[in-house]
Amino acid sequence: MSGFRLARGGLIDRSRPLSFRFDGRSLSGFAGDTLASALIANGVSTVGRSFKLHRPRGILGAGAEEPNALVELRSGDRREPNVKATVAELYDGLDASSQNRWPSLRFDLLAVNGLLKPVFAAGFYYKTFMWPAAFWEKVYEPLIRRAAGLGRASGLPDPDRYERVFAACDLLVVGGGPAGLMATLTAGRAGADVILVDEDHRPGGRLLADGVSAGGMDGPALAAQLVGEIRSLPNVRVLSRTTAAAAFDHGTFIAVERVADHLPLPQPEMPRQRVWEIVAERTVLATGASERPLVFADNDRPGVMLAGGVSQYVNRHAVSPGRRVVVATATDAGWATARDLVRAGVNVAAVVDARGSAPRGFEDVAAEVAVFPAARVDRTLGRGKVEAVAIAQAGGTVEVPADLVAVSGGFNPAIQLISHFGVRPTWEPAIGGFVIGGPVHGIHPAGAAAGRYDLAACLADGARAAVAALSEIGRTAAMPDLPSIEPGPHAAGTAFWKPGTLRPGRAFVDLQHDVTAADVDLAHREGYVSVEHLKRYTTLGMATDQGRTSNVDGLAIMAALRGLPIADAGVTLSRPPVVPLSIGAVAGARTGHHFRPTRLTPIHAWAEEQGAVFVDTGQWKRPQYFPRPGETSWLDTVNREVMAVRSGVGVTDVSTLGKIEIHGPDAAAFLDRVYANRPSRIPVGRSRYALMLREDGFVMDDGTVARFAEDRFAASVSTAHAAAVWRHMLFCQQVLWPDLDVSLAAVTDVWAQFAIAGPKSARVVAALVDDGDPVSRESFGPMTARELTVCGGISARLAAVSFSGERAFELAVPASAGDAVVRRIMRAGDEHGIVAYGTEAMAVMRIEKGHPAGAELNGQTTAHDLGFAKMLARDKDHVGRVLSQRPALNDPARPRLVGLKPVDPSTPLKGGAHVLPAGAAATADNDQGWVTSSAYSPTLASHIALALVTRGPERHGEVVQVWDGIRGSVVQATIAAPCHLDPEGERLHAG
Amino acid sequence: MRITCPHCGPRDLIEFTVLGEARTRPAVAVEDLDSPAAVDAFAAYVYDRANPAGIHREHWFHGFGCQTWLVVTRDTLNHAVLAVADVREERP
Repeated sequence: MSGFRLARGGLIDRSRPLSFRFDGRSLSGFAGDTLASALIANGVSTVGRSFKLHRPRGILGAGAEEPNALVELRSGDRREPNVKATVAELYDGLDASSQNRWPSLRFDLLAVNGLLKPVFAAGFYYKTFMWPAAFWEKVYEPLIRRAAGLGRASGLPDPDRYERVFAACDLLVVGGGPAGLMATLTAGRAGADVILVDEDHRPGGRLLADGVSAGGMDGPALAAQLVGEIRSLPNVRVLSRTTAAAAFDHGTFIAVERVADHLPLPQPEMPRQRVWEIVAERTVLATGASERPLVFADNDRPGVMLAGGVSQYVNRHAVSPGRRVVVATATDAGWATARDLVRAGVNVAAVVDARGSAPRGFEDVAAEVAVFPAARVDRTLGRGKVEAVAIAQAGGTVEVPADLVAVSGGFNPAIQLISHFGVRPTWEPAIGGFVIGGPVHGIHPAGAAAGRYDLAACLADGARAAVAALSEIGRTAAMPDLPSIEPGPHAAGTAFWKPGTLRPGRAFVDLQHDVTAADVDLAHREGYVSVEHLKRYTTLGMATDQGRTSNVDGLAIMAALRGLPIADAGVTLSRPPVVPLSIGAVAGARTGHHFRPTRLTPIHAWAEEQGAVFVDTGQWKRPQYFPRPGETSWLDTVNREVMAVRSGVGVTDVSTLGKIEIHGPDAAAFLDRVYANRPSRIPVGRSRYALMLREDGFVMDDGTVARFAEDRFAASVSTAHAAAVWRHMLFCQQVLWPDLDVSLAAVTDVWAQFAIAGPKSARVVAALVDDGDPVSRESFGPMTARELTVCGGISARLAAVSFSGERAFELAVPASAGDAVVRRIMRAGDEHGIVAYGTEAMAVMRIEKGHPAGAELNGQTTAHDLGFAKMLARDKDHVGRVLSQRPALNDPARPRLVGLKPVDPSTPLKGGAHVLPAGAAATADNDQGWVTSSAYSPTLASHIALALVTRGPERHGEVVQVWDGIRGSVVQATIAAPCHLDPEGERLHAG
Repeated sequence: MRITCPHCGPRDLIEFTVLGEARTRPAVAVEDLDSPAAVDAFAAYVYDRANPAGIHREHWFHGFGCQTWLVVTRDTLNHAVLAVADVREERP
């Protein structure tokens, strides 16, 4: 192939030359070129090496179906592999490199793989490299990884921005060719809300590529006229450079818009790509068709090109991919290409038609070129690129010198998007392709995507599809007047490779995955006759092009080998996405700290001022500990915070606790059904620990319930379970017991909430509340809960509940007052040495007290396991009531909650370590449970832990092994009650 | 996938949470809660979920919307949503 720029014509701007580099060579093209057309203009024929065999490859087509011309674009952190040169718009300074070659495109040492073709035959990865086993990791795998792969990722953080946007419309039109434009115009004129997505930067599709004329206009002029009216309609949005990549249920589509890929760099604030999620009432699928190559020996030699691609290069880009062309065709499309070439002054050496004589309507072409009817291309010849073509016909084989073979083996309608619904297309012999019979899931195929290849038929079909689609949603659209077009025959046949004609050389079916006709034959002989097996065994059609140019040829060969018609041999489906999507586009803006929302408590700013170190708890940022100068480790800080609370007073932020209000005449009855104990017995002005089960009898959550009036309660649920408990309570209210008169409100974010804990906590709280001293031991004892005001009229809820085991209060104030109140708390506590403490100190104190938390409430524990069996009320129905009593859930041999104390108090116990009987080997049979939570207790000057141990409560005092196989330690520890500190609860009553 | 919420209109799947087959919790008298029949009834309620290829009535929660539990009747073979109702309006 020796391409060159034509002297005139084309949709390029010859006044705007662009310079670019390919493999380091400086080249030039024009605005309107693709990288592929510019390479052709510069006479570049070989653009890459193939995936497995490293054979030199040229450009096969001119569009998104391209299997060969994959390049790396840009450099550094913007290097992108596997860009199709055929759809990459040329820009000034573009820098591209070929792939799969080392050290250079011309001298590729791995081309030796070509000599090893038998090794890479169908199923090679199932058969080869199996022996010796030790060689796999050290020799074979590194070699294969070096040799295989398509391009290289940059390996660097992506510097660009991406967006995701949402849109809805009455009609989505996919594809801006003649059918798509006519569908858009028809629906647009009817006033429908229309979105047209087109992957090109310039709408028109084949109107820009084929040498057609309509109503006295050429293709580009007709496209311009249609687009001009479309753009004048305010109810139509046109998204160019946008590919519909996936279709989902109920009219949902994902499309990717390449906003800045045609620019050297995105402009400031411009996303590189934008992902559209489009919900359409109806869709017209006007995605066109891919041309099929012909399978013959050495059909992968640079210089073999799809006829439709040749036409596009000649007509649109004003380049000829060759100087002496053989057209090999089974369709009238090949003849149209021959005519395009002749008109452009390019020498057409021969037209080889698999069918009989020259078709009607192309007599002018037949008069000017040598015609080989009922003939086929036998093979190509040449060094590195096509230099001659061997043509076989009844009389024998002749060799014709040529540098370009334009092939047309028929067309495959581009119906991948419908394939995403699992809808299998049917073989239509009249057009020699697979089609979808009619509208499916609201998607109407039109034009070439429906197997209509003639321009007049495409225009009419697009309009018809739009009218039909809109009528389904109750909208009326009128058929437009169609341009008068000289009827052009566009007969399409097939010319599939025939088994038994195998010759020296390789006849490729899948160019991107290097699958040959011989591989299909081998798969057949080995019994892989189902098209699904054929696909997986040979990897046919599994490359990034999804087999656009290869699938049907492969299926046809298998059908012939099996002696079946194609219609009976089956067809494979494709999965989303239709085109490769960059990970950045899928992620959109959701990177770094935008990956998910961050929730800050109302006193976050105050905690930051205090120097808090924060920890992520779900979406929340919670203060973990508050280091002070001189403290050398987090443990120093936590020990100080614990000791300060146990000896004086501390404050911590518990705003993240889930808060649910339950209000109504049946509120108490409702809570009795939601919780396993009896919230209805809580007196007004009190709160109580409450346990919630799932219906299967396992523990769902625990917390407290406070009663502020006969008909009004507030439930406090754990931070991690807040959303699930809320959903569950609504389920109980709406689904299980809709007859109860009760209202629920989720108020987690309404309140800022603090725990004020320690023997001096009552003095601090007393200084805050407005009416004197209502927080004495007598007036506000443990589990008291009241609504009152603090700090001069701020409404508040105060409850004497303790998680630390100390005399403690939880104070809730409106979120907007949180910041001011926490500062008042610190001032009021100053004289008592108040400290701020974080989640770590809180965890240490709850482990000291043996309170279960997240690691114990893990969805696999029962009330019996946790020592709460006595809390279960059995004289009423509640969620989990019946199944919680199953014997297996109350088996003493289940792992049950205990405390663990190391025999040597200075030895840490690690969470996740396993409990084994003393002296027992570390085997699964001897496993008796695991450490759920562990901490260093500064109060006890010992490491401590909570654990779930089989028959645990019966084994207090027993010394066991705590075995940590991952971190390699075995610690002797004594089983004890979960509560390590103040088991009588005397500290609760201090102050 | 889209579900037409009776309160909010057509909404995307991401706004909803599915629970599974819409079933009716057994009603058992308090004195019979520990009977084998009660255990059998609740075990069936919790564990024996239908998984039909075809029409399925399911509980869905519109959590990023009106906070309503819905009964969604849909065809598991083709994902068609046949009916959507507020669970309090739709009593089996």
